[in-house]
Amino acid sequence: MPHDHSHDDPHALLPSDPALRVKALETLLTKKGLIDPAALDEIIDTYENKIGPRNGARVVAKTWIDPEFRKALLEDATSVVADLGYYGRQGEHMVAVENTDAVHNMVVCTLCSCYPWPLLGIPPGWYKSDAYRARAVREPRKVLADFGVTLPEDTAVRVWDSTAEMRYLVIPQRPAGTEDMDEEALMNLVSRDSMIGTALAGTP
Amino acid sequence: MTRVHDMGGRFGDGAVVPEPEHEVFHEDWHKRTLAVVLACGALGKWNLDTSRHARERLKPTDYARFFYYEKWMGGLATLLVETGVVTRDELAGNAEPAPSDLAEKAWKPTEIAKVLSKGGPVDRPSNVAPMFAPGDTVIARPHAENMKVSGGHTRLPAYAAGARGTILRLHGSHILPDAHAHGLGEAPEPLYAVVFPASELWAHPEHPRDEVVLDMWQSYLKPTS
Repeated sequence: MPHDHSHDDPHALLPSDPALRVKALETLLTKKGLIDPAALDEIIDTYENKIGPRNGARVVAKTWIDPEFRKALLEDATSVVADLGYYGRQGEHMVAVENTDAVHNMVVCTLCSCYPWPLLGIPPGWYKSDAYRARAVREPRKVLADFGVTLPEDTAVRVWDSTAEMRYLVIPQRPAGTEDMDEEALMNLVSRDSMIGTALAGTP
Repeated sequence: MTRVHDMGGRFGDGAVVPEPEHEVFHEDWHKRTLAVVLACGALGKWNLDTSRHARERLKPTDYARFFYYEKWMGGLATLLVETGVVTRDELAGNAEPAPSDLAEKAWKPTEIAKVLSKGGPVDRPSNVAPMFAPGDTVIARPHAENMKVSGGHTRLPAYAAGARGTILRLHGSHILPDAHAHGLGEAPEPLYAVVFPASELWAHPEHPRDEVVLDMWQSYLKPTS
């Protein structure tokens, strides 16, 4: 029962233009009472405006300021970020991994697009691209070069392929010269890409 | 043999193109597709693993040419028809849409914040005892295939099949996608992070100390002794 189709695939029954295709699906499902367009608007608003990488940036900034928080996060990220209100779909099982002088961490999902939504929002296009999925595990340093990042020669790269429901957050290294900065200021140095591992934290 | 989605390590895809952080969606239909697919999940006719498998079953030519959210639509159309939620005639616009008895499950605008923040954890109690501990050497099974269902869903990528690695941590027991995608129950078993030297996976690793970590279920692994 491999479920392959010997006949026309169902999607082929829909319009070929993708914008019209989703419109046709939405119209059909709405007429059948299976979806509510106003609920769709709420879903979009949530991921466009409410849940995004500033959540993760707050977590990272806290690890830079508070050693106890950092220790707790590295031991049990799921409960620590849930206490901050960051829990939900695609973030049920969290692991935080810290960059050091010896190891740089980078996250990918080679099989689809698994990503920690409650902390980083919807994954960027490049994260879902064939190029990133194909290359991150075999040539992470060349991928980093696409982002303008060059690591020291003695830093190893550890790539995390998200093959299960564990979701990974990279804790970038705290930049020098930030000792006097507070949480809000530090958050501005933490880009989305630095929490995926394709960038380093910004400098003040 | 594996399927088209299993592309880790493939050559020839070209550059990765960074994007600014504020670009969450590029087109209106992208966000609409995301929302339609998430909302249909509420109908309870399939699970995360069945829906991943539906995308992976797209024809390789479709999978390769489809934009990301078109794969989502393709998988959704398959699931809607296979579960009888819509008919092929309805999908093709050849029949007047019939009201569905699943309508009461449809998400209401007021409950979106609650349902999205609720999540769906997949850790479960299991009667399968952990065979491995951190530090143990293991070998991934030689075939990146579902061992119960020919052509079925698995989360073992081809590039790691047969490779020798080391247990890094035990995540607990999680639902086994290879069973759950095919109506074979949740079959929870121990899930591990397994670390592989890049030199074990690739003929030309970039750096002698680079590593790749994969999450692997116990049935994906064998002891080395």
